[in-house]
Amino acid sequence: MFPLYAAGQWLGVGVVAAATALIFYVYLSRRAIPAKYLLPGTLLLVAFQIVPVVYTLSTSVTNYSDGHRGAKEQAVDQIEASSVVRTEDAAEYTLTVAARGPAATGELVFLLTAPDGTAYAGDAEGLTRLEGAEVGPTGRITEAPGYTVIPAGEANARSAEITKFAVPTGTGTGIRSSGFSSAYEGRSTRVYDAACDCVTDTETGRVYTADDERGAFVAGNGDRLAQGWQVNVGVANFTRFLTDPVTGTSFFGILAWNIAFAAVSTAGVFAVGLGVALTLHTPRRLAGRTAYRLLVVLPYAMPAFAMFLLWRSMFNTDFGLVNRLLGTDVDWFGEPWAARAAVLAINVWIGFPYMFLVATGALQSIPRELVQAARIDGAGAWQAFRSITLPLLMVAMAPILVATFAYNFNNFNAVWLTTAGGPFPPDNPMAGATDLLITYTYRLAFGVGGAQYGYAAALSVFIFLIVTLISLVSLRRSAALEEVHR
Amino acid sequence: MRIRRVGALAGTAALALAATACGGGAEGSGQDEATMVIWADPERTEVLQPFAEEFGSANGIRVEVREVAVDTIQADFVTAHESGTGPDVLVGAHDWIGNLVQNGAIDPVELPEDRLAAFDEAAVEAATYDGRLYGVPYAMENLALIRNTDLAPEAPESIEDMVATGTRLREDGEVEEALGLQVGQVGDPYHMQPFYTSAGGYLFGTDGEGGYDPADLGVGSPESVEAFERLADLGEEGQGVLKRSIDSENVAGLFERGETPYFITGPWSLGAVQEAGVPYDISPVPGFEDGEEASPFITVQAFFVASGSSNKVLAEEFVANYVADPELATALYEADPRPPALTEVLEEVSQDDPDVGKFIDAGENGQPMPAIPEMNAIWDPFGKAQAAVIGGEDPEQAVQTAAEAFRDESG
Repeated sequence: MFPLYAAGQWLGVGVVAAATALIFYVYLSRRAIPAKYLLPGTLLLVAFQIVPVVYTLSTSVTNYSDGHRGAKEQAVDQIEASSVVRTEDAAEYTLTVAARGPAATGELVFLLTAPDGTAYAGDAEGLTRLEGAEVGPTGRITEAPGYTVIPAGEANARSAEITKFAVPTGTGTGIRSSGFSSAYEGRSTRVYDAACDCVTDTETGRVYTADDERGAFVAGNGDRLAQGWQVNVGVANFTRFLTDPVTGTSFFGILAWNIAFAAVSTAGVFAVGLGVALTLHTPRRLAGRTAYRLLVVLPYAMPAFAMFLLWRSMFNTDFGLVNRLLGTDVDWFGEPWAARAAVLAINVWIGFPYMFLVATGALQSIPRELVQAARIDGAGAWQAFRSITLPLLMVAMAPILVATFAYNFNNFNAVWLTTAGGPFPPDNPMAGATDLLITYTYRLAFGVGGAQYGYAAALSVFIFLIVTLISLVSLRRSAALEEVHR
Repeated sequence: MRIRRVGALAGTAALALAATACGGGAEGSGQDEATMVIWADPERTEVLQPFAEEFGSANGIRVEVREVAVDTIQADFVTAHESGTGPDVLVGAHDWIGNLVQNGAIDPVELPEDRLAAFDEAAVEAATYDGRLYGVPYAMENLALIRNTDLAPEAPESIEDMVATGTRLREDGEVEEALGLQVGQVGDPYHMQPFYTSAGGYLFGTDGEGGYDPADLGVGSPESVEAFERLADLGEEGQGVLKRSIDSENVAGLFERGETPYFITGPWSLGAVQEAGVPYDISPVPGFEDGEEASPFITVQAFFVASGSSNKVLAEEFVANYVADPELATALYEADPRPPALTEVLEEVSQDDPDVGKFIDAGENGQPMPAIPEMNAIWDPFGKAQAAVIGGEDPEQAVQTAAEAFRDESG
């Protein structure tokens, strides 16, 4: 709470206080028994689900991005501060920061030594000759009558004042500090005028007027100043995505591949995981069963991040292990279908041990007598598996399959770290053959135009809607499954 | 009775929690002594430490050098600046300047003329953006050609010369690849730049003041199409010298195992090459016989003053008056051998280590890497266009597609 208080975030202080009061009320009172159970979950739901969604929504209607991060005042400050140029041929001074009176509060004075050794005192009024100053070996004034020399640490505490301070030397020019040991004469070339809400460049005479729709200062000829600010842009981010020509032509292709990727990955890890689990679940004696199980789980224990990179080099056309082992010459990441196959193969390899673990656990909980009874009744091995084992397994596995699908639907790493979305058709560097929605939108929002948070938020809203739709459908389906088993 | 006791317990626990929460906050912000914070990537953190401490003790403050991962340091810095928790000084590459300036995250630095003159001109030019100096350079780097002197004793005069030697060695079965130049599936414009410029292409034109002009995009011009045709000729469907299968991960290994005679790379690869024991020499990246001079990108490492700094007087003092110190430059060089930006130090270290001088010579025709934010919008499509052309796609179409992607993005 203290950091919020220190930063003057009164809304935050209020929220924390209200939440704390609510917790105290609910748990200290004897009534409100149901609330005691509901409150923690509800608070966490609000904090980690609802607030982010609301924040994303509110960001999606702004132009929050690189160059449009802060408020307008900050942009103006920064434009003025970075426009100071040194006067041509002006002298360099050695600087000592001093004060009239106490070091911490006294009026600031710059004690300056010109290159020829003349000492000056500069204050807000201007420059005056300084007599009787003691000059140290580096040319800095160490003592002067009537002034208190401010030591570095204390000067630093007055940073804000010192960096703004300029000893006026003429129209628009002033001597400014550069650190605490040197000073130069310069002038500010860009000045903001609140009356016209514009910035005038005194060197070129160009006037940049504030454009509150774009969040930038724009000149008559379309030039703009680099420093902009954050403004509300309404639904512009959403229409930008919907009218993007690349999106128009490739969106459904990406969506189809995205669904296929998630579905095939899920089916693949399920088939491989279950297959291996069944093999190792054999009722016959199997020497080293535990060792096999450990080996199978290894890919799961290694960091997926490194594994993706390793697999990427194994699929290298000329130097990769895959082509060398198979004796083939497939351009794995250069051909759309080869790349898709490679990504799927890698993803299945990374994902199957988890499915193996779950399937092994589920298999062990199914009594062997059931299968034995079926076999005695004349069922073949396949029929016994189909009619007895699999349905019982599915009770445990179905929710996990739904979760695996949802996870793979947004499996950014599996694609970004292997193919980076490629290969890209020669006429379109923005949408590749293995792009998922998440990698495609990441490229749109962060890959080409710096960080565009506003746009990214709008894109997440779209993905949110799509995932919601898919989740609704799959939840219906899994509910139907549960119905069967009830 | 029982319920009441549980309630009281819960209340005490909650109170205790609240108390610790407040206590934690007060502790963090209760420091009176000023602390200047420097952000640097892991390689530089340790080297900077003693110099930072010396600066701190000379001025009666605490100086802390904090290590930030090199991939994320720029983005982290901008985010931290935005939330007001950023450092006072940042160490980083000059091509971040455009983005840092548009976010108002760094301030210009004022250096006296004489001190400015002590730096390599190209380094100062690179750290200057929109007519202002934004960072104090300390090291610079560019690509050069490292060759295996057993396989290729002579420095090639031209790309044709190099390709001929490389191809002959490959046909003789002495090497696997004619040239070690990383391309990868999405291209690598940084490493391709010497070839691209020698073939007549350019990325951005320059405005009157020597800065890059985002309105003058060279990609899409007839020159760039011609340049891409020459890349295509060297590519997989042509002479098979440039290949997408050679990427940043395997290129160094190829050279270190003697599987390629030539390696186009920067000073960062030198350590591993020396360790591998390959006999090598360094020369500038050659150009095409009838082409322009090959011009690699120059990147400059620099110190920046954070505009959100609350210790700005000290930060400015540190950057403007302290880091331009030859001793610090030498120490940084020793920790990570990248050519120093101070001319005096550069001359000194190149006497002991001729490789440094050779890298600087290789950068003679170099151009600073553009720092303008518009770089973001062309870099990715530009690289993909190169990869596509090297893979055998039509140069004209690839170039125009990249140019179009840039126009779409920058509006």
